[in-house]
Amino acid sequence: MKETLIVSFRGTRNNDPARALTEPLWVRWVLIAIALSFMGLFLVVPLVEVFASALDKGFQYYFNAIREPAALSAIKLTLIAAGVSVLLNTLFGLSAAWAITKFQFPGKNLLITLIDLPFTVSPVVSGLIYVLLFGLQGLMGHWLKDHDIQIIFALPGIVLATVFVTFPFVARELIPLMQEQGSEEEEAAKVLGANGWQTFWKVTLPNIQWGLLYGIILCNARAMGEFGAVSVVSGHIRGLTNTLPLHVEILYNEYNFTAAFAVASLLTFLALLTLVAKTLVGAKYSRERGVLTTSLENEVTP
Amino acid sequence: MSIEVRGLSKYFNGFKAVHEVSVKLETGSLTALLGPSGSGKSTLLRMIAGLEVPDAGEIHLTGREATYVTAKERNVGFVFQHYALFKHMTVYENIAFGLRVRKQTEKEIKDRVYELLNLIQLTGYEKRYPSQLSGGQRQRVAVARALAPRPEVLLLDEPFGALDAKVREELRDWILKLHEETSVTTLFVTHDQQEAMEVASRILIMNKGQIEQDGTPIEIFDKPATHFIAQFVGETNFIDTEVAEKGLAVWGPFRFSINPTLAVKRKIRIYFRPNDVYMTEQFETLQVQAKIAKTRFKGTVIEYQLDIGGDKNISAQIPKGVALASGFKEGQFVYAAITAFHVFPL
Repeated sequence: MKETLIVSFRGTRNNDPARALTEPLWVRWVLIAIALSFMGLFLVVPLVEVFASALDKGFQYYFNAIREPAALSAIKLTLIAAGVSVLLNTLFGLSAAWAITKFQFPGKNLLITLIDLPFTVSPVVSGLIYVLLFGLQGLMGHWLKDHDIQIIFALPGIVLATVFVTFPFVARELIPLMQEQGSEEEEAAKVLGANGWQTFWKVTLPNIQWGLLYGIILCNARAMGEFGAVSVVSGHIRGLTNTLPLHVEILYNEYNFTAAFAVASLLTFLALLTLVAKTLVGAKYSRERGVLTTSLENEVTP
Repeated sequence: MSIEVRGLSKYFNGFKAVHEVSVKLETGSLTALLGPSGSGKSTLLRMIAGLEVPDAGEIHLTGREATYVTAKERNVGFVFQHYALFKHMTVYENIAFGLRVRKQTEKEIKDRVYELLNLIQLTGYEKRYPSQLSGGQRQRVAVARALAPRPEVLLLDEPFGALDAKVREELRDWILKLHEETSVTTLFVTHDQQEAMEVASRILIMNKGQIEQDGTPIEIFDKPATHFIAQFVGETNFIDTEVAEKGLAVWGPFRFSINPTLAVKRKIRIYFRPNDVYMTEQFETLQVQAKIAKTRFKGTVIEYQLDIGGDKNISAQIPKGVALASGFKEGQFVYAAITAFHVFPL
């Protein structure tokens, strides 16, 4: 609101370029009202509703719903799936970004395109891929059964599906960043006598740390919240193969609304936490990128 | 230590970036590698540093074959055009980097860093980050960082290219002084001929992936070896004509006595510098009449476009003082002679 007042004040001056773009006061108010009511209707109300419903039967009930063994097992499973996904995708993201930005190789463009695949494929299809590969009727089903390896409807399947769905995040964040930075600093380190490992830890990593962290946060958020792909491969065995989102669904389908919302509130907390972390890291990150781009052109005189 | 390359070549997708270059640089020398952009000078420098792998040829550092030795083991210092300082490290840590990766003690590192800070006149700046320095300061830090591990060769890739004219000039003097003090074998790449002539005692001129001339600044300027160098170094007029008779070429009213071995009717191009045009108000000797079509003030000299008739023009330059004393004006008739020129067959 403060912003608009300033703009309207400026708008009264002649030869102000902002004037041409300034709408009448009522138009601005209507636009703001529309935006705010949308936000309220689609974000704030549901958010409040989650917490209100979760606490519907009091704090005691809320904590019991979260502490119940099936819920704890779901939390554990979600943390494992997210942890493994973040770890693997960080490694993948770093190596993919490194390979794409520092080397020329055949199939590079194909790799860049394929990295986006999980974004474009429906999560249900992502889950089905694994069922078709590892399920009993699948390509490797018999071999796996003979060797007594359980992938579908078990932890490995859930982890695989989560990894697949989240693998673009870190790589997508790092590729443009590393492209922009070029490899001069790495070359400088190399000529100064650093080996590859030293160059990576002392030069490359500090330069991309905020972008990397940003990617990890996004990857983690998606991994913890993934529903579709995991739902297909999980088998919904309560206390065994249910992640948090699946657990919420089960409770809801059992008309246990308060418990469902209690567990959902955990995921919501997580989302809010991610939002805060993302904002903090994002600010730091854009500042660094800002420094990077201006330091070449602007010569700061002491 | 000396640098020697033999038949060095590098191709990018069939493009000859560097083609069979051979050259030897003596220990302690200061050499400029001059050429237009795309002439392969940076690629040659990067191959010597080990940042680029040659497709053919050999590199010898102090008589040792080093063609496929990694950059890490070559013990060369390299300075990049855009400094390539480590953004997240202080000036101190930047300079210390090459010493740290060589596992020197903190004491040794500290002594060396302060010695270099003193050399680059940036004592007191050790806690600053590169973003808090001016361009000239950054480049000095980059030079100090390259010198820290006591390299036997210092390679600079357009080291002043990103700086403004005034700072460039200061850094040129500074590099010269630095070279006198450290006497490390230095090779620097530049596209600025002024810079090459002022700083280096020897200039290699590259064009299309090859070294076209190798000589002192005076040789390069006064005895251009090829067409390319004649028009690339310094300002020049060129005229196309043919051999009129044995040992003589004619262009408009001008007559040039040329190498008598050139066959009659042979097409030739004659280059001459604007400051080799001798221009007077009164006829002296062997001059032709010309009309001043245009004057242009260029700081220390004044340039005149001379119309010599028959749609032919040449440009002449006269030191400002002389020109003002003579009072040459546009539209005035003067007498001009070409006192030095170079002939290349076409």
